[in-house]
Amino acid sequence: MSSLLEDMENLLRKNKELVRVVVRKINEYWYLYSRKTGISRLKIMDFCGTHEWTITHYGIRSLIPQGIELVAGPGCPVCVTPSHYVEELIKLALDGIVVYTYGDVYKLRSHKGVNNIYSLSEARAVGGDIRLVSDILVAINDARKHNKPSVFAGIGFETIAPGYAQAILRATIPSNMKILSLVKLTPPAMFYTLEVSREKPTEPPIMGVIAPGHVSTITGAKAWEPVAENYEIPVVVSGFEPVDVLVSIMEILRQLVKGESRVVIEYVRAVSYHGDLTAQSLMWRVFNMVDDAWRGIGFLPKSGLRLREEYSEYDAFKEYGVRELNPADWKYDMPMGCRCAEVVLGKAYPSQCPLFLKACTPQKPIGPCMVSIEGTCAIWAKYGSRELLLKLSSELKSELGA
Amino acid sequence: MDYVTLAQGAGGVEMLELLEKLIFRRVDEKLKHVEGGVGIDVADDAATIPLPDGNYLVISVDSYTVNPIFFPGGNIGVLAASGSINDVLMLGGKPIAMLDAIVVEEGFPMKDLEIIVESMLGVLREENVALIGGDFKVMPRGQVDKIVISTTAIGISNDPIIDKPRPGDKIYVSDFIGDHGAVILLMQMGLDKDVEELSSGSLRSDVRPLTKLMIPLLSKYRRCINAARDPTRGGLAGVLYEWASKNDLLIRIVEEEIPIRDPVRKYSEMLGIDPLYLASEGVAVLSIKPECADEVVEFSHKLGFENARIIGEVRQSDMFRGYVAAETTIGGLRLVEPPRGEIVPRIC
Repeated sequence: MSSLLEDMENLLRKNKELVRVVVRKINEYWYLYSRKTGISRLKIMDFCGTHEWTITHYGIRSLIPQGIELVAGPGCPVCVTPSHYVEELIKLALDGIVVYTYGDVYKLRSHKGVNNIYSLSEARAVGGDIRLVSDILVAINDARKHNKPSVFAGIGFETIAPGYAQAILRATIPSNMKILSLVKLTPPAMFYTLEVSREKPTEPPIMGVIAPGHVSTITGAKAWEPVAENYEIPVVVSGFEPVDVLVSIMEILRQLVKGESRVVIEYVRAVSYHGDLTAQSLMWRVFNMVDDAWRGIGFLPKSGLRLREEYSEYDAFKEYGVRELNPADWKYDMPMGCRCAEVVLGKAYPSQCPLFLKACTPQKPIGPCMVSIEGTCAIWAKYGSRELLLKLSSELKSELGA
Repeated sequence: MDYVTLAQGAGGVEMLELLEKLIFRRVDEKLKHVEGGVGIDVADDAATIPLPDGNYLVISVDSYTVNPIFFPGGNIGVLAASGSINDVLMLGGKPIAMLDAIVVEEGFPMKDLEIIVESMLGVLREENVALIGGDFKVMPRGQVDKIVISTTAIGISNDPIIDKPRPGDKIYVSDFIGDHGAVILLMQMGLDKDVEELSSGSLRSDVRPLTKLMIPLLSKYRRCINAARDPTRGGLAGVLYEWASKNDLLIRIVEEEIPIRDPVRKYSEMLGIDPLYLASEGVAVLSIKPECADEVVEFSHKLGFENARIIGEVRQSDMFRGYVAAETTIGGLRLVEPPRGEIVPRIC
């Protein structure tokens, strides 16, 4: 029993014939490009954790030329939320405030801890009331029932902000629940990542970007114009099915061969150039742009959202006196030995971290990249790291050939 | 203070670690089995004991705590009888007898208890398995959740299957995987009313004894079978990982060959769970010598298991011992990690 929808899904997910065509095209462009430039290795950054998931889960790296290295970017909100705010949430929980959070944040370990308690899950073990929710609406409905002082840990990117804004504007949030807005904006992180890689080029350099698909539904592809313009590299806004990602890689290589650097939307079924203007206006009505701290990285200009003054009655920072970080007292906040900050910036692969799958595992994660389902370390731990899969793939191929 | 977690009872990595520390390490090597047989030195829930006539007694024990106790396709009684019968079959035994222990909560409806016991006895009747002993207790209200059943199944084998997959073997599955796990998961999430496939009956637990498959297979193709398991907790991934890691082998599976029903695929994706980790209660996974593979599949089809097929193979590898790798739907490659954490508590 197959419906049109399933056919559509299978087309992008299981169509080996189409995949073969796209992979052949990628090989052709790669051949042309390396013959023209003499370049034998380059990096393409896949910004989103969800793209990294698709790439690793479907084994895309084993299908494309080995000289093309796909490297994940900062697109994992849990990975970049400063340790300080986790500690503030733990304090609130220990003070008897109900904390609503997503599952990933629950397990996230803070750097310093609060009275030897390092995560919300540990806070729950000593009596903290931590409730896991899938979105803010569930939290709102639940908070209404008990009327206890509560806080919603608003961790995420542009995609979640319009929902929070709507809840506030429609006045559906009960007075006992406050929002701790830790929402981050992705373009500044991408600019920073590329700036770092321009100042201190990675080996090999980043020559193209697979840009966020979901974020772009809100921001529009236009958000990435400065990337193409300032860094002169192709940017492709991609969907999340394996064929989407392969087509995006193909387009990046096509541009490189032609010497172009443009923003192109591959994810045309969801993303427009200008994005969702209604969602954007909702977001700006309720939120202010602030300089915000990124875990292990530091402050990035205009990279976070906080509630505007007129909505301070909903603001956990104001209502519960949650302390903001400021650039002067920001300190490096990754665990000792953990290279998550470099992984997030595309400077290191998880397998280059001394803790990866040794001290730091999915069962006992140390760094945030191993906690989140969008974290590169967690994804590689589950589905295999790049070099391992490339070796395994060549072993299987040579055996088949023999 | 260290406390027991749900993950430690989920049949995955954490449980094996705990059992090693808590039990296996404390039992003397010579007391891990009866001389000439196998015991907890090989498997955790089943054993063989040599008989004077050259045959073996095959014994298996299991507790059933499934929640909910009634589910589309069966109930805890059917599960308790079928599950232990299947464990005996997977060791190459012909089930002949069973013992049961039932613990019920005070106030449990008598009618439900009758239905459950009748279901359990129905399976035994059909399988011609004698009920030769048991225990029955009632716990005060709130001190046990509704009902827990433990069963011990006993069988006879002239050549027990002690899992030993070998390089070159083909990996065989007898049917669609993950049906039971998907049904229980959807029920536990309170989605039973919303899932059309559950109410229409097109998605139900696959719980059943595998006698009709295994007895003919054992009598005709025993020499072809190097390993046999039913993928309950931890699912197909759990069985394959255990085979690969215990025998230092590489197992390669082809994702699109794995039989998974559409609704199972659909809902597990929705819930963010890989069907490879979902329990089946009426499926056999075998490691078969390559020369018999086609014949065994064909024979299974004739027995009415028309979805039986080969989904992968066992390989020798110096570099990748203990790995399970999957060829993905687009022809790429990824690893299949062992089950970790609590995937679905109280699945069986």
